Amino acid sequence: MTHITVEDVSFGYTASPVVQDMTFSVEEGEYVGVIGPNGSGKSTLLQLILGLYAPDQGIVELFGRPSRAFVDRDRVGYVAQDVTENTKEMPITVAEVVLMGRFPHVGFGRVGSDDRERTREALRTVGIDHLAERKITKLSGGQRQRAYIARALAGEADLLVLDEPTVGVDAESVGAFFDLLDGLNDDGMTILLVEHDVEAVLEHTDRVLCLNRELYFDGPPAEFADSDALERAYGINTRQREGATP
Amino acid sequence: MTPSPTTLPTAGVDSVSVPGVTSVPTDALGWLIDRWSDLLSAVGNATGIEMLQYGFMHRAFLVGILIAVMAPLIGTFLVHRQLALIGDALAHTAFAGVAVGLFVNAVLDVGVSPYLTAVVVAMIAALAIELISEVTDAYNDVSMAIVLSTGFALGAVLISLNAGGLAVGINQYLFGNLATVSRSNAMILIGLFLVVTLVVGVTYKQLLYVTFDETAARVAGLNVPWYNRVMTMLTAMVVVGAMQIMGVILVAAMLVVPVAGAAQLARSFREALLASIILAELAVLVGITLSFQYEATAGGTIVLVAVALYVGAVLLGKVQSSRETVGDIHASAEERTAD
Repeated sequence: MTHITVEDVSFGYTASPVVQDMTFSVEEGEYVGVIGPNGSGKSTLLQLILGLYAPDQGIVELFGRPSRAFVDRDRVGYVAQDVTENTKEMPITVAEVVLMGRFPHVGFGRVGSDDRERTREALRTVGIDHLAERKITKLSGGQRQRAYIARALAGEADLLVLDEPTVGVDAESVGAFFDLLDGLNDDGMTILLVEHDVEAVLEHTDRVLCLNRELYFDGPPAEFADSDALERAYGINTRQREGATP
Repeated sequence: MTPSPTTLPTAGVDSVSVPGVTSVPTDALGWLIDRWSDLLSAVGNATGIEMLQYGFMHRAFLVGILIAVMAPLIGTFLVHRQLALIGDALAHTAFAGVAVGLFVNAVLDVGVSPYLTAVVVAMIAALAIELISEVTDAYNDVSMAIVLSTGFALGAVLISLNAGGLAVGINQYLFGNLATVSRSNAMILIGLFLVVTLVVGVTYKQLLYVTFDETAARVAGLNVPWYNRVMTMLTAMVVVGAMQIMGVILVAAMLVVPVAGAAQLARSFREALLASIILAELAVLVGITLSFQYEATAGGTIVLVAVALYVGAVLLGKVQSSRETVGDIHASAEERTAD
């Protein structure tokens, strides 16, 4: 089954497009890494896929439905760059955060024992069940990202979308974090990972999308290393910036 | 009836009726207020506590206890979204609402409670703030400050246009007054309390999600702008409710100070909610008692007590976290080996 469809999509916050004529699709069980220089439209692409913006042109679909109108919200788990910057002082435990994954299922009803059981299970899967009653702000960056993945698991997501999840995570924990993603993918989770660390993407994912406004490469990591896509995508960006300065 | 310079504020507001409220719920609320009064009188007689022998003190305590539940309840969500200022802005627009009420009463010679007009005007302002922030894509200090001063200016102008009789009663709205908590005002407050607690009860999960992580909430399919509007509307209700004894100028403190104190102590969000309500109740009960005893203004006294509790909470929190750090060194050593 096709989880993500991006067809001929263009989008810009202003008149100049950030994403242009992009076409690709992601099938169930794939592990796809998205790389590209800063400002290349990676995060924008994710937001289009998640339905947070409507494309100016083209079609974006999740599980075969237009993602703006997508209703099975619990099928998508979203892990962003550390959000605790904005909520430094907020008292909330890891268990409470992970339980949020159940909220789309529960709606206006009450959280039941089944929801709590799934929360505990998700915490065990990502290996932080011993931190359940800790304040989330007391966790390290790596542990926090695990908590956000657990939130997606608790919501029974089929598709995990991650936007530069390793920003602010110490090098030691990054390795363990990618191992966790590998494990989830082995269990059938579809993963779309936006990542600045090209090495990590080449090492862990099955498929690489390299973009800078347009799609420069779409294929397996081994082929990517042999191609000149990296130079083209990153090089053009440098020239553009130079051209922009008066 | 029109308040005249010689009318005491108490008398001016006491006989105001609640229009638009059918008599059955009004009677039920009235009955509840009477039983509450009986209870406090009995306690007062049994213990010989003088302040419990006055009807207005019974209502002051009732209103205070309810405010101390709903203000931190809403305040917890606001503070953790860094929207502490919104309470202040809405309080000042509510002041304009009071002025509108007094103006209408004077001009049309009717008896609408200024608190009802304040609720209406503050809710409109709440929606306006939301729309501004949706259009400009951010809450910002500037738009909040503009709404705040516009509200206050409008209130001041309306009152001066109608000078004389009105200016006399205005202090009670600016600084709050225990003695002006009339029966009908207590009923309005109970109504606001029921709406606020009910809505938060039903939408607690959604509000929490939006507060903690707005983007993830949107991805999860929550209608974030809608919940933001609900939140500000509830804030408007709380602010008007609390205005009776806190006054326009100090009402925002009830939304913020107990919540800030609780954040120092609590680990979980539920704990934080509970702790903020407990701190607010302490502040209100001690504050009202002190203000009666020393004939000081209630709003100011309550806020000073709340701030003292906040300082206490900060100190206690520091002691707590220094203890936790010692524990954490052991814990993190274990985690490293586990990873």
